[in-house]
Amino acid sequence: MKPDMILLDHGSGGKISHRLTANLLLPAFDNPALAMLDDGATLNVAGGRIAFSTDTYVVDPIFFPGGSIGDLAINGTVNDVAMCGAMPLYLSVGMIIEEGFPMADLERVVAEMGRAARLAGVTVVTGDTKVVPKGAADKIFINTAGIGIIDENVNVSGANAKSGDVVILSGTMADHGMTILTQRQGLVFESDVKSDSAPLNHMVADMLSTGCDIHVLRDPTRGGVGTTLNEIAGKSQAGIRIYEDRLPVRPEVSGICELLGFDPLYVANEGKLMAFVPADQADPVLTMIQQSPYGKDACIIGEVIDGHPGRVFMKTRIGGERIVDMLTGEQLPRIC
Amino acid sequence: MTLKHSDAYHDPQIARHLAKRITRTSRKPVRFMEVCGTHTVSIFRSGIRSLLPETISLLSGPGCPVCVTAQKEIDAFIALAREPETIVATFGDLIRVPGSGSSLQREKADGADVRIVYSTFDAVTLARENPNKRVVFLGVGFETTAPTVAAAILAAHQQKLDNFSVVSAHKTVPLALEALSDGEINIGGFLLPGHVSVIIGLDAYRPFFNACRVPCVVAGFEPTDLLQSIAMLVDQVESNRPALENAYPRVVSSAGNPKAVSIMNEVFETADADWRGIGTILASGLAIRDKYADFDAVKVFDIRLKPVPEPKGCACGEILTGMKIPPQCPLYKTVCNPMAPVGPCMVSSEGTCAAYYRYHGDG
Repeated sequence: MKPDMILLDHGSGGKISHRLTANLLLPAFDNPALAMLDDGATLNVAGGRIAFSTDTYVVDPIFFPGGSIGDLAINGTVNDVAMCGAMPLYLSVGMIIEEGFPMADLERVVAEMGRAARLAGVTVVTGDTKVVPKGAADKIFINTAGIGIIDENVNVSGANAKSGDVVILSGTMADHGMTILTQRQGLVFESDVKSDSAPLNHMVADMLSTGCDIHVLRDPTRGGVGTTLNEIAGKSQAGIRIYEDRLPVRPEVSGICELLGFDPLYVANEGKLMAFVPADQADPVLTMIQQSPYGKDACIIGEVIDGHPGRVFMKTRIGGERIVDMLTGEQLPRIC
Repeated sequence: MTLKHSDAYHDPQIARHLAKRITRTSRKPVRFMEVCGTHTVSIFRSGIRSLLPETISLLSGPGCPVCVTAQKEIDAFIALAREPETIVATFGDLIRVPGSGSSLQREKADGADVRIVYSTFDAVTLARENPNKRVVFLGVGFETTAPTVAAAILAAHQQKLDNFSVVSAHKTVPLALEALSDGEINIGGFLLPGHVSVIIGLDAYRPFFNACRVPCVVAGFEPTDLLQSIAMLVDQVESNRPALENAYPRVVSSAGNPKAVSIMNEVFETADADWRGIGTILASGLAIRDKYADFDAVKVFDIRLKPVPEPKGCACGEILTGMKIPPQCPLYKTVCNPMAPVGPCMVSSEGTCAAYYRYHGDG
């Protein structure tokens, strides 16, 4: 066998990514805040707690229906901070730009970042720009980091799911991932699918304002809802059951998934969240989500069950039951 | 694009009704084989096994094209990726399959030009757009895929492209069924592959059925399609009246798709084929006819397949023929998993081992 090297699968958000994090990154940086492996770190500072998160955006194509690398870079980090139960405030932006990248495209990306930041109500306060020789990067890569403040009564973490919680999903699955796929070279679809890229911080603030005891908040980005549920089941040592007939997927997205052999459960979202809330407090939280412009299709997709720690089950539409495993590597279009 | 799936195919009431009918009528313990990998995945995804009585076991057959591709062919694909000035175009499932020392995915990470395409015509386009490179398409699949590959070769011929070729590792289904029913395992009925049947038609199974007299039902892919087909197999078994039936008439006809078959026959001729884990099945493969030799990568690149042993301990062959289920393989979940697959059955999204791993938990 060839010596080990980095494969695209290492960036898929599935099991292979997790193994890289667990075997290489966690031991190297060994600390309790990182070991929580939430969407961002929760840190104690004088006078309270802050959430701190970072993410890097390498999406290709850089412009796509429903968004661009610019608004994705803002929304993604805003959402990661928000998923810590925090109010995101300040962002940094670092850009790696390939020599020859059209100025007009850069202007468009930056303008969309500005617009996204204003919409989310966050301020970009520091940044960096690097240019690399042609071929050393693909057009533009963007890193953003963000910080936010966590209210003292808030305690959300992927490790907090408890038996009796219901699982709320804020809208349809797989819109972003299938949009990007259909835009890639070689796949010509006439479809009206578009990315769900959106800031969720206001939705989260509204949910927290209900005073309900929200246990878990996560945005199912890379790896999709299926992988995120497995992460939560593992960290909380809880069993989760979801119901296939409740999982919201747009018919056109479902059709493309079917055609290519993709399971929407494992396709990326960029404007959706999952919340775990005790069943008797679910209504006000769900109502708040549904009142947000990004949460109209929100629904309860499942619950935390007794026993089966670390496992996710699905009750299928025809009444059968099966396991929902974590994504391994990138999903690949199949032969027939 | 409007691709709406009729909810009837997932209707829980229809499913419950069919499951009850199966439970009521099934008395004899019986093993059915779903031949197609897409059936395997659909059965797992819809949880059909959990609705069936204990009398019925479902075995997965050799219907995942990647899984039945011989190790030496995989090695040849990898060797092609190392050729200078060459673009290897392939469907996605193949790129993770381990050869004897590498995989297409690793070659790609190491600098080889390996492109995932969604159609063979994308590979023809690649050839047209890259006149200074040789573009070779890895032709893996059954009768479902072969006509489109044939059409792409005809298009390249028409466009007088001299830098496009195909490795044909295509296989055909009916003769493999015969090999399976002659095997050690007692298969009580076959769920015949719906997509393949769209092309070859119900009649193509007639010689096999007449020779073997095993219950056969062409099945669709939605959960109620599959339950309906299983119910029909059970009826045949319980009444001792094996038949060749079509439970997928909305797309499968008796004659199939004559146009697709004629394009396939124009470009390909039958050849012996090596099935991974099963061995050589006479006349069960498709080779490119001499008339189109300029597009035959085996000739263009002078590919000589070297026999290589299949990985030690890997039970792919026994799994593909229904003699074992994945948890009975000593490597399953110990050495072999989707992150470090030993055999292709663990790689392809339609592979039996991958489906077990993903949907079956510890069972």
